[in-house]
Amino acid sequence: MRSVVLTKGVPDFREGQVSFDEDGHLERGKTPTVMNPNDKHALRAALQTKVRNGGTVSLMSMGPPGYMEVLQEGMEDVYADDLYLLSDREMGAADTWATAMTVATGINDLDEEPDLLFAGFKTADGETGHTGPQTEWCLDMPLITHVISMEVDEDEGTVRAKRLVEAEVDEIETVEAPLPATIVADPEFEPSYHRAEHRLKHKDLRERTQERAAEFGAYLDDDTDKEPTDWDRFTMWNHADLNLDPDYIGLDGSPTIVAGVDPIPKAPSEREATEIDPDDDGDMEQIVDELTPYAAGD
Amino acid sequence: MTDDYEHYEAVVVGAGPGGAAAAATLARNDIETLVLERGTDAGSKNVSGGLVYAEESSPYTIDDLFPDFREEATDRAVSEHYIHNVAGRSVKTFDLHDLHHHDTEWADAVLRRKMDSWLARRVHEMTRETGGGLLTEVRVNGLLREGGEIVGVTCDEVDPIRADVIIGADGVNSELARDAGLMDWEEPEEWFQGVKAVVDMPEGAIEERFGVDEGEGVAHLFSGDLFEGARGGGFLYTNDQSLSVGTVFHLDSIAEERHEPQELLDNLLTHPLLADWVGDEYTELEYSAKLVPDSKKVAHPSPHRDRLLLVGDAAGQMQAQGPIIKGMNHAVTAGALAAEAFVDAKSRGDTDKAGQHYESKLETEGVMDKLRPTRYATLGKLGELGPVDSLSDALVDSPVGRLGVGLLGDSLERLYNSPFLVGMLPDTKLGYVTLPTVIAEELGEPVAGENTVEPPELDDRIGDLTYDIDEGNPHIELRDNSFTASGTAVTACPVSAKDFGGGCYRDEYVTANGGEEHVVSLDTQPCVECGTCAVVADTDWTHPRGGKGVEYKQG
Ligand SMILES: Cc1cc2nc3c(=O)[nH]c(=O)nc-3n(C[C@H](O)[C@H](O)[C@H](O)COP(=O)(O)OP(=O)(O)OC[C@H]3O[C@@H](n4cnc5c(N)ncnc54)[C@H](O)[C@@H]3O)c2cc1C
Ligand code: SF4
Repeated sequence: MRSVVLTKGVPDFREGQVSFDEDGHLERGKTPTVMNPNDKHALRAALQTKVRNGGTVSLMSMGPPGYMEVLQEGMEDVYADDLYLLSDREMGAADTWATAMTVATGINDLDEEPDLLFAGFKTADGETGHTGPQTEWCLDMPLITHVISMEVDEDEGTVRAKRLVEAEVDEIETVEAPLPATIVADPEFEPSYHRAEHRLKHKDLRERTQERAAEFGAYLDDDTDKEPTDWDRFTMWNHADLNLDPDYIGLDGSPTIVAGVDPIPKAPSEREATEIDPDDDGDMEQIVDELTPYAAGD
Repeated sequence: MTDDYEHYEAVVVGAGPGGAAAAATLARNDIETLVLERGTDAGSKNVSGGLVYAEESSPYTIDDLFPDFREEATDRAVSEHYIHNVAGRSVKTFDLHDLHHHDTEWADAVLRRKMDSWLARRVHEMTRETGGGLLTEVRVNGLLREGGEIVGVTCDEVDPIRADVIIGADGVNSELARDAGLMDWEEPEEWFQGVKAVVDMPEGAIEERFGVDEGEGVAHLFSGDLFEGARGGGFLYTNDQSLSVGTVFHLDSIAEERHEPQELLDNLLTHPLLADWVGDEYTELEYSAKLVPDSKKVAHPSPHRDRLLLVGDAAGQMQAQGPIIKGMNHAVTAGALAAEAFVDAKSRGDTDKAGQHYESKLETEGVMDKLRPTRYATLGKLGELGPVDSLSDALVDSPVGRLGVGLLGDSLERLYNSPFLVGMLPDTKLGYVTLPTVIAEELGEPVAGENTVEPPELDDRIGDLTYDIDEGNPHIELRDNSFTASGTAVTACPVSAKDFGGGCYRDEYVTANGGEEHVVSLDTQPCVECGTCAVVADTDWTHPRGGKGVEYKQG
């Protein structure tokens, strides 16, 4: 089973990491880039496939060279056999369509065609959820979204998946598709390892990928004489390697026009607040006075 | 479906010292071995005092099986051992040098998270070579039977697994031993309850306050009147950068006299004798508790059934040698012997005989005689019979007895150091409370220190622990919620207390059928899985699912 997982770097929106300017615009330069959190579920689904059906898991991204760290993160946190980064100036500022075109070309250029393509459910920055489905469209594969569990039947050449259909009442739908297919993993995705043998293999693979990621990290940190690009599990392709016409990728190949980004204003507080100094007896008395009527049940 | 079950030659349940020893021995003999541990990490569920002993007479010690054990997994090597007889501020200290060194190759202080997780990594490497390995977060919930015979295990997280031998090393409150009908959890007399605080020490403080060199440690034991008459004692062991301060009491004493275990621990922590050792800055790293079997009463003479062999606490193999507690070393020996028994049986082409081989090895290697000394069976038990007990108790406390103690003076220290005598001592108030108190009163000197320690309240102790709660899936259920049946747990549970709302057990009065009923309610969230309420209350008691529940960082 050859699996390819698509990932993207996004600003780290976690408290303490992210910075906004006075107008509420994200300060990219001051905010670290991390792997899109939802992509972890796609990697977990790919790892399950590797544990249960064997094969390889490749992690692919399109973005600036700094995304090498994003790939390393995916390798370390979940699993990857090898890493692919599609990167050069011409690919920059792409919308989801141009990204999908580029990524689909990268996939077609792999020496072995994937049986399964995995994507996470929408990115934390764009929130479009387009790239996975558009890539799948370029590659002409069936697509299963919102996958919460899955199983591959190699003899039949099919994948059977449960999808979470959110409606007034959530429903779980079971669907089957022929391979190759694209899976969009839902944040509720739960891998299933019901045999000790699978759990042992999972443990082996986790150990191996962490060693590999540490090794790659050492290359990135310049701790070795090797360049990251000399690392035999890492491939970096530019538009020329992929034989892509710059007019159809990057900013020039992007039909989407973002007319403007409006920060969502914070809702004004509806309650009034008084600041109290807990060491000031007068202040504390005031609280007691104000609370007393409520204590009586009024 | 049955044909689809996985099969391993050996399945070891539990990755404490017993399971680790069994698995390492099996793996060395090329037996395909799978180890299943319920904690998120080996050691995350385990508590001991703890001094690991390597006995000279033992056929296996833990460093035989894991050569780097002492360098990698233990804290300080303990060579000094004292017992303090306490009466108020009066303390008479005996050096337990001879008892400590009797049959001892070495003894090291350990913290279980560090020790067990190191062992588990080695065990995983070794067993993986055989085609098996070690898995955490898998809880075995019962025995797999075919035609009434035990042939494997069933688990919460994975499908049933068959095996030619199952080593039950699942510790005290072994669900496997219960399922096999080899152990029950009915009698409080058969168990001890251990409660412990791990206390942070600033760098260099242990060397300075205890007068030891780096890497060297001390053990202190405490008995007398500081535990409100509860039968048992206290301990203090030095780790690399912390102290393990704890108590071990007979569970029946805790239950019947309605002691609050955390308060008895606090009595020790706040005693003036500890003032200089603990210092003014008290930082408690972890509060923990667990039951301990009393091998004199429950070490199973025939701890096997079909393909199941029980080792360590699961088989009741925990020896209280007078004030010294030896469980880990026996678990190691038994684990290795059980593995060896299977290897022998396999080489003779009859793996079904493994249990019998194991039973005879426990006898011939002298393990059973340490666990159930014959002299205790004859003399010690006699001392526990009511009239004899109160007679000797009264006698020691009488002017005649006091005179005797005074006359014996320091030669009492020799008696305390006799493994023969301490093995015979009955489990009564006499040995634990009366005699030490009288000794302290007659021979002791007052201690000068002012202890300023304020141990944390129970809710802070609970708040500082790490839990992964299994929402909506409580692992203990009350079968009978009347106070008469289950009320003892309100005080005996180490994370509950009378008039404390944040613990596991609470009692309340409810009006029903026109009258008032005294009932208890249970909330398993703060549970530390110590096993106490499995014995003292009427419950359906199991461990939480794999990875759920409390996670000890020190242990
Ligand atoms: C306060 C206190 C002080 C002590 N002091 C000492 C001392 O100083 N020296 C000494 O030698 N001994 C001491 N002991 C006793 C000692 O801790 C035990 O005797 C020893 O740990 C027994 O080892 P074991 O391998 O049999 O079981 P454990 O160490 O309890 O290991 C059992 C393992 O099985 C796992 N397990 C349980 N059920 C399942 C299941 N259903 N599925 C999967 N896994 C499961 C547990 O998570 C655990 O890892 C003390 C105990 C206490 C509580
Ligand atoms: S609820 Fe029971 S098992 Fe849990 S800590 Fe209390 S007494 Fe121990």
